[in-house]
Amino acid sequence: MLGLKNYLAGGLNLLEDTIAAISTPLGEGGIGIVRLSGPAAFDIAKKIFRSKKKEWSAAEGHRLVYGHILDPAGQIVDEVLLGYMKAPHTYTREDIIEINCHGGIVPSKKILELVLSAGARLARPGEFSLRAFLNGRIDLAQAESIIDIIRARTETGLKLAVAQLNGSLSRKILELQDRLLGLLAQVEANIDFPEDDLEAATGQELLRTVGELLEQVEDLIRGAQAGKIYREGIRTIIIGRPNVGKSSLLNALLRENRAIVSDIPGTTRDIIEEMINIGGIPLKIIDTAGLHETENIIEKIGMEKTREMINRADLVLVVLDAGRELVAADLDIIGSVRDKKAVFLVNKDDLAEKKISVEELDVLAAGRPVLWVSAKEETGLDELEEKIFEMVMGGHLSGTDDALVTNTRHKQALEAAQRHLTDAVAELKKKVPVDVAAIDIRAAWEALGEITGNTVTEDLLDRIFADFCIGK
Amino acid sequence: MEYFAGKYDVLVVGAGHAGCEAGLASARMGCRTCVLTLNMDNVALMPCNPAVGGPAKGHLVREVDALGGEIGLNTDRHSIQMRLLNTAKGPAVHALRAQADKKSYQAGMKQVLERQPLLDLKQATVERLLVEKGKVCGAVTSTGARFEAEAVVLTTGTYLKGRIVIGDLSFPGGPNGQFPSVGLSDSLIDLGLRLGRFKTGTPARVDAGSIDFSRMIIQPGDDITHNFSFMSDIDHREQLPCWLTYTNEETHRVIRENLYRAPLYTGAIQSMGPRYCPSIETKVVRFSDKPAHQVFIEPEGRNTSEMYVQGMSTSLPEDVQLAMLRTLPGLEKVEIMRVGYAIEYDYLIPAQLTLWLAVKEIPGLFAAGQINGTSGYEEAAAQGIMAGINAALYVKGREPFTLTRADAYTGVMIDDLVTKELDEPYRMLTSRAEYRLLLRQDNADLRLTEKGYQIGLVTAERYKMFERKKTLVEEEKNRLERTMVPVSGEVKKVLEQMKSAALPQQGASLAGLLRRPEIGYEQLLQLPLEHPELPPEVREQVEIQIKYEGYIKKQQAQVERFRRMEEKKIPYDLDYSQAQGLSLEAREKMEQVRPVSIGQAARIAGVTPADISVLLIHLEQKRRRQTTRQD
Repeated sequence: MLGLKNYLAGGLNLLEDTIAAISTPLGEGGIGIVRLSGPAAFDIAKKIFRSKKKEWSAAEGHRLVYGHILDPAGQIVDEVLLGYMKAPHTYTREDIIEINCHGGIVPSKKILELVLSAGARLARPGEFSLRAFLNGRIDLAQAESIIDIIRARTETGLKLAVAQLNGSLSRKILELQDRLLGLLAQVEANIDFPEDDLEAATGQELLRTVGELLEQVEDLIRGAQAGKIYREGIRTIIIGRPNVGKSSLLNALLRENRAIVSDIPGTTRDIIEEMINIGGIPLKIIDTAGLHETENIIEKIGMEKTREMINRADLVLVVLDAGRELVAADLDIIGSVRDKKAVFLVNKDDLAEKKISVEELDVLAAGRPVLWVSAKEETGLDELEEKIFEMVMGGHLSGTDDALVTNTRHKQALEAAQRHLTDAVAELKKKVPVDVAAIDIRAAWEALGEITGNTVTEDLLDRIFADFCIGK
Repeated sequence: MEYFAGKYDVLVVGAGHAGCEAGLASARMGCRTCVLTLNMDNVALMPCNPAVGGPAKGHLVREVDALGGEIGLNTDRHSIQMRLLNTAKGPAVHALRAQADKKSYQAGMKQVLERQPLLDLKQATVERLLVEKGKVCGAVTSTGARFEAEAVVLTTGTYLKGRIVIGDLSFPGGPNGQFPSVGLSDSLIDLGLRLGRFKTGTPARVDAGSIDFSRMIIQPGDDITHNFSFMSDIDHREQLPCWLTYTNEETHRVIRENLYRAPLYTGAIQSMGPRYCPSIETKVVRFSDKPAHQVFIEPEGRNTSEMYVQGMSTSLPEDVQLAMLRTLPGLEKVEIMRVGYAIEYDYLIPAQLTLWLAVKEIPGLFAAGQINGTSGYEEAAAQGIMAGINAALYVKGREPFTLTRADAYTGVMIDDLVTKELDEPYRMLTSRAEYRLLLRQDNADLRLTEKGYQIGLVTAERYKMFERKKTLVEEEKNRLERTMVPVSGEVKKVLEQMKSAALPQQGASLAGLLRRPEIGYEQLLQLPLEHPELPPEVREQVEIQIKYEGYIKKQQAQVERFRRMEEKKIPYDLDYSQAQGLSLEAREKMEQVRPVSIGQAARIAGVTPADISVLLIHLEQKRRRQTTRQD
């Protein structure tokens, strides 16, 4: 199962590490809270938090401090209120730091990643409550509810992990693990069976392969960072004939979802781009309505430009008017999004008399969702958000073919693998014996095992005996 | 007719490699000990290959030696060849391997037992164990002799319900033409113990006089004289060579054409054999594209013509064995002296044992060696000494002695045995050890001799030697760290000769130079400074500890955290059915294994992080309820 053995073999400690997690529901609410608990909570916070109050943690008890979270390059990530609570008068009876940042998944996720790189470990399901109980903070009567939390969240967590393991990321991680294991098997088979006439891996060969694998791990991590959804948002274009209600729809969406960024530097003002937050996922909405509302955009900027915009989009929202039949201009637009991920929004659901042909639309939508909304009455918007959320989390939307690392746990595991492989490369360059470098390679394998749930010893032995004819 | 045959503190059933160490450890710790053997001529018998050591196994031998055991000393005395393997690799996996003179090894070990005060060696077949009020209290032999004892150590090897298979022939038997032990197996089942069944095999022994060695490649021993034991001072040994030849397409054809007569493929053998020790028929089938397999011809002793055919383990019929051997270069006219065979035997499922090799449900009963599902003389010896020590401690009413995965290969092995499920005979491998760089064969004494001394097994003489070595190592390490090498023309020249970079302006410490990949301890001695005269084992230790300091520290930090999880104890009698929220699988597994710590519980297959969290909560609930009750 998900890597407890690796986890312990890697020297992590279930009870004494400093743990961290986003403690507000993702994407909901005006603020996000990243919580840390454990002996190193204050030290970790000091690494990433800057305040005008230099000695902010000097005072006793509980305090709230204003300041900024900085990334390792010194760039401001977010302005925050940092709460600190000294042990033992805290929920877990350990030192606790709570970073109150702006809501939405972007700031809290980024801050979580920073505290993890600074030495915290991602909390397991129910782990804060577990510590609270083990440290005597919670009374006996509540123990059962903690067990329920651990069980339930572990199960959803497992389902989620499995769901996220589908697709190209899992393939890449499994490939990586497989190659690491093959490499280890060769080294280890040679150590345990030195007289068995097996092909030995030299330090040079090992260095080359480990270097290659390290690059692959780094690519995956870059993919996770530069990538994508969470940093740049899902490129979403709203398109439709004039007067179907594109702008009012956008405004309705904006009213419901606090804009994270209202003005992105470097983008032209020809097209209005708005960032909205749907269920914690940033959507970068390109409103073609911002061009010239009164003119047919297809005539105005030409098919080519429209196509280009549509091509670059991750998601297209096609807005139609419930009060009219589909006309040629509608069909042009629908035709132009033939190959795209799209949601068809039939606006003006509030109208008594609907002329649009549902059957015809269903055919044209070709299995893509058709939703009835009213920008005026602000109905159907929740459904739209749910649909978008589902499409993103279900993996239907991904801007590039690169494996997308959405799960912080995965990223943390990849970063651990990166550290171990970097060590291995450095040591191999210093010409350490292969069996010694194998210690780092094994640690990298184990880090990935946190994602795939494999344990090294048994898998390694299986691989040795599968790959090599051994035994005198 | 049953009669009273004697009363002992500890009774050891079996005098193979486990039994010898168990008996010696117990007697040396002051317990009146009786070792029973099926056949007085087969004490410390090597029914398979005539070799001791190799990767991981050599580590075990050194560990037994460091605790005050005999296998290392006896191998040193009766070896006919030694080689240090893996020398191109790091110090953690250097591995000493010895060819032993089988007969002389046996005679030597038997004499050690005979001369051991407080130890009686007797020939007898144990038929059943005596258990009273749930506790073991002795054993009865096939001739009616009743031995009474406080503790019994079972070291019965592959004899339990042994069955020999050669082609379509199959008959009850122990290894090497011995009788099996039938009654004891049933006695164990009657006591409620669970047994499993494994298979292993051995190749034919052939007549040296019928071999053309000129067609083979000679494999001599090392020029340097090695020793396993930290106590041995043998500095010269007449060595015999081994010989290397290869199978070929013709060999493989003979095997393939006769597979229909191979018990492994006809279904006559159902039990699981070891993957690391496959029969030649398995190798030919599984790796069919491999055109040749290595075969080592190894002498079984100085005074015998019998040669062991390493790599040709088989249970094919006798006529096929001969035909296939004769296809090998040098073996064209070979004559078989003993035929190869497979053996099936009962073993005690080791999850029924504690980390100190006691049978959980029957106080006073211990088990070690192949009966626990392992293979190999070294694995047996290491369990033997642990079982012997713990039987003695039990008799004395003292706390059990255990080794963790961070202490020794022995600890890794026993933890694996009692925590994991075996699906093949267990062999020690370096890849099973997480903290390999700390568990080296060169530092087995530094890891274990202190412990051996504290339990009263290590002699004062050995302990004094050990302390002296430890002091010398520490002093020399300090000297190397402190001594600065000045920048001078002479130093520059020496470094150039070693193809090492010039010193920085401020100079460098000797330790700093030793950390350079191209410089070893020997090279340091060429520098124009005063150097102390130190024994080679001290120099080696100093070099390893300084050169690999970074990795050693990294592993020590891991061990530190590992230990904290091992220190979170779980009561033996914990009622797991009361631990609400445990998965069914986790509950069943934990009930079987009865882990002593959270760390061990986490190593059980099928136990998830959530199970561990739930278990922690349950333990805390229990603790608080108890506290309340006491208030």
